[in-house]
Amino acid sequence: MTSLGALLIRDMRLAVRVGGGALIGVLFFLVVVTLVPFAVGPDLALLKRIGPAVLWLAALLASLLALDRLFAVDHEDGSLDLLLMSKTPLELVVAVKGVAHWLTTGLPLVVAAPLIGLLLNLDAAAQAGLVLTLLVGTPALTFIGMIGAAIAVALRRGGLLLAVLVLPLTVPVLIFGVAAANAVLLGAAPFGTPFTILCALSLASLVVGPFAAAAALRQEIE
Amino acid sequence: MRLSASNLACHRGGREVFAGVSFAVAAGEVLAVTGRNGAGKSSLLRTVVGLVRVAQGSLTLEGCDPELTIAEQAHYLGHQDALKPSLSVAENLKFWAGFLGRKAADIAAALAAVGLDSLADLPAAYLSAGQRRRLSIARLVAVKRPIWLLDEPMSTLDAAAQDRLGGLMRAHLAEGGLILAATHGPLGLPATRELRLDEVGGASAQPSASQQWGAETKLS
Repeated sequence: MTSLGALLIRDMRLAVRVGGGALIGVLFFLVVVTLVPFAVGPDLALLKRIGPAVLWLAALLASLLALDRLFAVDHEDGSLDLLLMSKTPLELVVAVKGVAHWLTTGLPLVVAAPLIGLLLNLDAAAQAGLVLTLLVGTPALTFIGMIGAAIAVALRRGGLLLAVLVLPLTVPVLIFGVAAANAVLLGAAPFGTPFTILCALSLASLVVGPFAAAAALRQEIE
Repeated sequence: MRLSASNLACHRGGREVFAGVSFAVAAGEVLAVTGRNGAGKSSLLRTVVGLVRVAQGSLTLEGCDPELTIAEQAHYLGHQDALKPSLSVAENLKFWAGFLGRKAADIAAALAAVGLDSLADLPAAYLSAGQRRRLSIARLVAVKRPIWLLDEPMSTLDAAAQDRLGGLMRAHLAEGGLILAATHGPLGLPATRELRLDEVGGASAQPSASQQWGAETKLS
């Protein structure tokens, strides 16, 4: 456990230091969402209608932004070799790196969402629903994305490949995340069904992501 | 303790890098792996720690904890230093000591052993290539492991640091450790045996399985 604790602390420390990119995701998120009212115009009803979808899309893109460096940095400086040699199973190492990444890039998005929701004319109930769906759904984005990050680890410009690989896989998360948020907003459909499916997607990705990413890393590092 | 390889072969990128390599290193011994560029010195070390798949042959380690693999009992000092520029010298070392399972490792003593104790709080980004190398070597001092696999350990080190590394290697051998080092120059250790990876195949020769490569010679 000391190994994984040390890794978690190091990865979070790196993320918040200079060049770590923890704040870049949140800033990107804020900028994208802020641009929408300017593009759409001052139609409050329309903004409210598309608000959850805009926030979810922005969160998806923002969480992809820093993900391509998740393993690439460790690969370039040789740390990944030592992580691979370790007694700690690579699946756990990868999972801990994912947790550290979510705590430093996913969680800030969840915290920033209510602030930025004001720009899209979301009321308190809709805000709460949205924050809840983001809290439950963003881990899925990180853990699905880490598979792409592992596959693209040895590529110098892996970011684009990562987006192409990962974005199709995140479609279910996007559908049920927005559906649950809209259920609160519009009240036309029940909140529970899409929300529990979103939870299920997150839990499944927590299991599948580390195993798939570890398998990809073992292949790539050869 | 004895690390031995028999008839080892390695393929990378669909090409055969080396084949038919056999060696044995016992506790307290050094084996220097030499050969021209591209002869497979680094690949051999990476094969031993399991970072490259063994294409043929076998690796065995006797007389050590049977629960642990070779990689888990070995330190691998590769070409890259495995350091994070935004962490300080001490933080970098503390992380590896913690990750490798020695939370209470004496960081200050390990840094002093490589002469970096005065720079403990400096971000690693400001270190020179030789200082980065020394910080990487401090990992080997902070966490005790019986097998050291060193890839060009003397590169980028100045004369004083080379002497210091020589001293660390002698101390490691005296404690019953073993060293496998890929090198072009002398390691400054007594009784170093040499494994020449290009004994038969010259720079222009095509590698083939029939060539007997890993001939061992004894240097005085």
